[in-house]
Parts: sequence; structure tokens; C-alpha cells
Amino acid sequence: MSITVRQIRTGLNGDEAVAYAVKHANVDVISAYPITPQTIIVERLSEFVYNGELDAEFIPVESEHSALSAALGASLAGARVFTATASQGLALMYEILYITSSLRAPVVMALGNRAFSAPINIHCSHDDAYAARDAGWIQFFAETVQEAYDLTLIAYRVSEDRDVLLPSIINLDGFILTHSVEPLNIFADSEEVSRFLPERKPVNPIDPDNPITYGPLALPDYYMEIKRQQAEAIYSSKPIINRVFEEYKEFSGRRYSPLKTLYIDDAETIFVLLGSTAGTIRHMVRKWRRENKRVGVVSLTLYRPFPEEELIEAIKDAKNIVVMDRSFSYGSPGGQLFMDVSSTLLKYGLSPRILNVIYGLGGRDFTPDLAEKALHLVVETDEKIVWLGVRG
Amino acid sequence: MIEIRWHGRGGQGVVTSSILLSQAAIYEGKYAIHIPEFGPERRGAPVRSYTRIDDEEIEIRYGVLNPDIVVVIDPTLITYKELILEGVDEETRFIFNIHDSNVPGDYRGRHVFMVDAYRIALDTLGRPIYNTAMLGALIGATNIVKLDSAIEVMRNRFSGEVLERNIQALKRGYSEVISLG
Amino acid sequence: MVKWPNKWMELPIGGVINVPATSVDVKTGTWRSHRPVVNLDKCIKCLMCWVSCPDNSIIRLDDDYVDVDYYHCKGCGICANVCPTDAIDMVEEGGI
Repeated sequence: MSITVRQIRTGLNGDEAVAYAVKHANVDVISAYPITPQTIIVERLSEFVYNGELDAEFIPVESEHSALSAALGASLAGARVFTATASQGLALMYEILYITSSLRAPVVMALGNRAFSAPINIHCSHDDAYAARDAGWIQFFAETVQEAYDLTLIAYRVSEDRDVLLPSIINLDGFILTHSVEPLNIFADSEEVSRFLPERKPVNPIDPDNPITYGPLALPDYYMEIKRQQAEAIYSSKPIINRVFEEYKEFSGRRYSPLKTLYIDDAETIFVLLGSTAGTIRHMVRKWRRENKRVGVVSLTLYRPFPEEELIEAIKDAKNIVVMDRSFSYGSPGGQLFMDVSSTLLKYGLSPRILNVIYGLGGRDFTPDLAEKALHLVVETDEKIVWLGVRG
Repeated sequence: MIEIRWHGRGGQGVVTSSILLSQAAIYEGKYAIHIPEFGPERRGAPVRSYTRIDDEEIEIRYGVLNPDIVVVIDPTLITYKELILEGVDEETRFIFNIHDSNVPGDYRGRHVFMVDAYRIALDTLGRPIYNTAMLGALIGATNIVKLDSAIEVMRNRFSGEVLERNIQALKRGYSEVISLG
Repeated sequence: MVKWPNKWMELPIGGVINVPATSVDVKTGTWRSHRPVVNLDKCIKCLMCWVSCPDNSIIRLDDDYVDVDYYHCKGCGICANVCPTDAIDMVEEGGI
């Protein structure tokens, strides 16, 4: 493959970008709960199906529990499927999240990251992404609208790979990406995309002529072996994810890797974070470098499986680490990414100074002065957890 | 980089204006980003939107703090001075939807443009939706994008008579906007 | 009889059982304390036992009389209970 593929530069919001990716992936079944907290993603997809632009079944179900159940059933039958949700909707899917990954169904889901209630809030937090972190799904985080489009196509290739067979979530920050218009390149049509993403070839599809059993009982005699196998499956997906990133670069000209870094080589202080705020931190890091402050940044495109080796390679020489969480794990030693990063550092025998920054909950804007404050706190104080920008 | 802050009320088209502007800039090959700031999502509540336009890729995603241009598409919001003057400096240009040139004293000595988008909207659309008239006024006052680029992206959003009426509103905003100094 | 692997890495992906009807291999007939015995002289071929058996262990014969699949019958006694003519006796295991 080479970069001869036809692409169109356009301006779309994150939701529309994902909808185009799903259309270009030529999915067979879309199943979604059509009202709040649903996003424009499935609204656009329902238009594509209605207009005849996309030959797929659109199932408007009565709850997110059913949305994922229907997607799972269709996936086991061999279809390429898509669903999308956010916040409370993800919470209502929770039971089926584990069943989908455990039955090894390559469902792809977009998650427009939003805060859990209460209080009622429809804006960005990473509560829903973190709620799904232990459920055995591969998780990608988009920083831009372009990444939301690309990662959706990448997710299908990864999930449906015969050596992976796991569901994927593409996280995109609620409103900040879902509703923001940005320039991006999209492919001309699904035929063009099929060169990167051919038709799905299912393993063990449900077939009335050749009955098999999905979801059997496995009591203490076999349950643990099956779970051990699942743990191995998601760890083993990483080299395949890297290979698909490489193939996507050949196909699209756009390069992806498990994490993105800037100025880490001689950095005394490194920020580690997920999602759309990474651009703002990179902007600040460039400013700090002009002020001769040795600061770098690592943002994770791949969240599960957690890119341990790449992260350690990036941050091993830093004195100070700022881990930014757009959520909180109540009663825990810190935020969720903080716990991931801290335990990875310990696993590799490292113990730098770590500051856990809690920011942006419920859509609170993350502005340059808050980044300055975080840098000040990690260098000048020994605070462990700080809720940035909270009044009081 | 040019940073624009739009003020209006829910339902008047503050988000649509910003989206159309960003898409027109993208159509011209520039980088642009539209960021909505939804407060309570209901008709009549004050809402803001932000547009950034640059020749290079834009990485930052926080709201516009120090706007180069402030567009107030709702006539009643001009009196909310703390809101409108937040983060501005002496170079900031203001584009107001008002029907006469009697702007409040707080705006004296500033770069103020005015257009009667209320009249344009009622004449062309028959409803107080100011987005395309104000987008036209912004382009007329600043040449931030070409008028044709705005028309081009409007074709993707509207069709038929609605499109024609909105093009009329855009063109009238473009030609009727005047500088108050 | 399907032979299941012993090592986690050898199990079918997702615990799927990719051959049908494996439950037929499982001998549940040893669970019985009492076995149903059909007295064909009283049987009126109503097939209530056949319909009611939770384990498909009543065998419907070509002439609509019934027999019992003792490999799978757990001896629950539902067949004897629903029989309108008391044609099925639950007999103690070992008593025959």
C-alpha cells in the first residue's frame, strides 16, 4: 500500500468524523439508544442508513443495556457492528461490557466522554472511560477530530484481527471534541477504505446449521483458565496494535503510536495525560522551553492495554511527574491514571516525585494559568493530589 | 492566530455562526477550530462560542480568553459589559447587532462596528435568527474570510429557499455593516 | 465424548463450545434415588410425561407409547406426578 489513496480535506465536528469513519468502515449493524446522553454520531449514522448511503441495519433500542446486547449478538453472528454512548449510558451498559469482551466479540464503540451524575452534568469528564477500564476492552483516546476518525478505522482492524478478537472503545472528549469543528482529512468512500479494512472474516460465527454454544457455564473448574486466557489476549494485542498503526501510516500518511511525546529527552518534569487537553499542555511546554524550563509531555493514545514499556522509556529519567486525571477514584490513593502510572513506575523500580492533578471535571475549562500552577506545585511543593481550579 | 468570541442567546445561531466561519476558513485551506461553550441548553439563555483561525495547526482547546474580535449577535447583551469586555484590549474589534449608533459609553474609543441584523433577519428569514447576517457583518468588517467561502460552506448546511434567504442575509450583513470608529 | 483441554492456552477462545449438544455426553442417570417405570397396560398415549420431562428423558416411540432414557433421567418424578392414569411408578433404585 502507498499514499495514493484519495482523501478529502473538510471541517467536521468529532461526532460527524466518527460517523464518517463508521460509514467508511461499511458496518453491517448499528445499535444505539437514540436519546440523551447519545451524541450526534448515531444521528448522522441513522441519516446515512435512511438515505441509502450506508447499507446497514440501524436498531434504535430502548436502553443502552439493550444497545450493547444487540451489538454483541450481531457481532457474534459475524456482523461488523458499531454503537456509541456517553456517561450514564455507559453505566447502563456495564453488565454487557464484560460479557462482550469475555465472549471475544470485536464490537467497536465510540464514547463521547462525559461526567457521571450527580449533580447532573453533560460535559466532559473521563468517568465513563475509567469505569470501563477493567472490563477488558481495548481503549484509545483521541486528541483531535482527525484522531477520532482515524482511530475508529484502526479500532476495527485491531478488534477483528484473529489474534485479538476483543472489543474497542474510542474515547473522545465530550463537547471539546464531539461538538468542536476542526479540519481533517477523510477518505473518499468505503471502497477506498476497504483496502485498509477489508470485509470482516468472523471466527466461530453463530450459524443455525452448525450450532455452537456462546456463554456456557464455567464454574470453579474452568472459569479461571478462561479469564487467564482473556488477560493474555489483551496484553498480546499490543504488538498487533503497533502493526496496525504502521499499516495505517502506509495507507493514510498519518502516524500513530501508543503514546505521543514532546521534549522528554532532557525533561526534569513530565506531564502525563489523556485526551484533548494534551494540545494545550504541548503549547505550554513549548512556552516553558522558551523560558529554559525543562518540561516535557506524554499523552496516551492507547490506554488499554496500558503501554507500560513505552511509558517507562519516556519518563524514566524525569525527576517530577505530573499525572493529570479528568476524573477521580473516590477513596483511592489518587486518580485512575495516577494509579496506573504509579504502579507502573513501582513495577519498574522507579520512584520519582509524582503530583496527581485533578482537572476539568464536568467540562471545567483547562486554561494556561492552571498549567502554570501545576508546574509550580510539582517543583516547589510536596503536595500529592491537587484539584486544580477548585474554588476554596 | 485570530481569536473570535461570539455572544448570543440560545436559538439565535451563535453556534452556527462560529461553525460556518470555521468551515469557511478550512475551505480556504487555513486551520480553524470552532469551540462551543454550552451553558444551559435552552432557548434564550446567554451562550458563547469561540472560533480560532490560523495558518498553522491549532493545538489549544480552551475557550478564547483574549479575543481579537467580539461578535455580539443579541442586541440586549451589549449592556452586559463585564461579559462583553472580559479579556479584551484596545485592539479588540466589536461587532454589534444594533439598530442605531447609540452604543453605551463603555465602548467609546473602541473599534466598534454595527449592523441592524434584527431588521435583516426579519426581512430575509422572517425570524430573529441572526447567525448569517452577523457572519456577513463580521466578514464585511474584517475580511477574515472571503464572502464566497462562507456561501460555499452554507450550501452544505442549508438548501432550497432557506439557503437563498440565508445568502441574502449574509450579503446584506456584509454590505450594511458600518464602522463607528 | 468431547475431551476438554487442561491448559488455559489450549481452551477455545472466549470459552465457546464449538460442537453442538455436548450435554448429551453427560451421564446424569446416576443422580437418581428413584426410577420411573412405565406400565404400558395403563398408558393411554396422552404424552403428558413426554411434554413435562425437564430433561427430555421420556422417549416417544413410533406408536406414541413411551420409554425412559435412563442414561439421563435424574428421577425427579414429574412424569409419574402428571400421569393421569398412574401408569408410571417411581421405584427405589437398587430395588429392581
